[in-house]
Amino acid sequence: MGIGLATGAYALSFGAISVASGLSVLQTQTLSLLMFTGASQFALVGVLGAGGGAIAAVVTAWLLGARNGLYALSLAPILDVRGLRRLGAAQMTIDESTAMALAHPEPVQAARHAFWMTGLSVFVLWNIGTAIGALGAAAIDDPSSLGLDAAIPAGFIALLWPRLVGRSMWAVAIAGAVLALVLTPVLRPGLPVLAAGLVAFVASWLLGRRS
Amino acid sequence: MIWFAVLAGSLGTYIAKLVGYLLPGSMLSRPDIRRITGLLPVALLAALVAVQTFAVGQTLVIDARLAGVIVAVIALLLRAPFLVVVLVAAITAALLRAAGLAT
Repeated sequence: MGIGLATGAYALSFGAISVASGLSVLQTQTLSLLMFTGASQFALVGVLGAGGGAIAAVVTAWLLGARNGLYALSLAPILDVRGLRRLGAAQMTIDESTAMALAHPEPVQAARHAFWMTGLSVFVLWNIGTAIGALGAAAIDDPSSLGLDAAIPAGFIALLWPRLVGRSMWAVAIAGAVLALVLTPVLRPGLPVLAAGLVAFVASWLLGRRS
Repeated sequence: MIWFAVLAGSLGTYIAKLVGYLLPGSMLSRPDIRRITGLLPVALLAALVAVQTFAVGQTLVIDARLAGVIVAVIALLLRAPFLVVVLVAAITAALLRAAGLAT
């Protein structure tokens, strides 16, 4: 129930921000149906809306979606899916369904039930919320007059917030933000954000050497 | 161009999800893979926050968005839900512009 309401509200803001960033209602809805992973969707429309190229937007979305692959690795032995069910399970592999499945490790049926129920209900609510937000924003003449351009960084900071646990995460966040700002005047929009992804690779290497 | 981004982006993120079901589970025990998948979203999201707050094209500016983001952080410190965080940021920026206090 709590996840449902939070998802609907989150999707509503995605739909509105996507349309305010210049995507059509249909393009916005396609993202929620096919991409179905919030941070990547926000990043894609954010980069496009800021005047970034399609390639930069796509690669940023991919990098942000890489963590879902790690979730799938953890879920594979629990779900034990084959064939079409595996294709469906892949699409349902997101933050919420993974967290719920891993929170109910025993018995394995409970974990599977939690995964599918959470995945499917979030999918439905995510798409309904997206439609309402997108249609609402499309009905407004000038979305930027409503401060939607300020809603975009606020959305990203809300996604970032729960991940800022520990000094190394803060250091990576600050370094990524500073590098992106320094590169903004010299690189095309979209590329500074991608360059900030390098900070994560360097930090990962440094942390690996230390341990 | 937008359709290309929508479809190519969706295909790649789906493949990332699917690949996890096809790779051997021993990948999970590799600390470098766990580390980088945790760090990447932090670096990228922080960069997105910075750029979307200060950039207009290739120029850095301070405008009503910054006030919106500061209010959003206050809302997060007060444990406000996602929609409230986004709404207070938008309302803050809209009010400052309506009052002529910021661009």
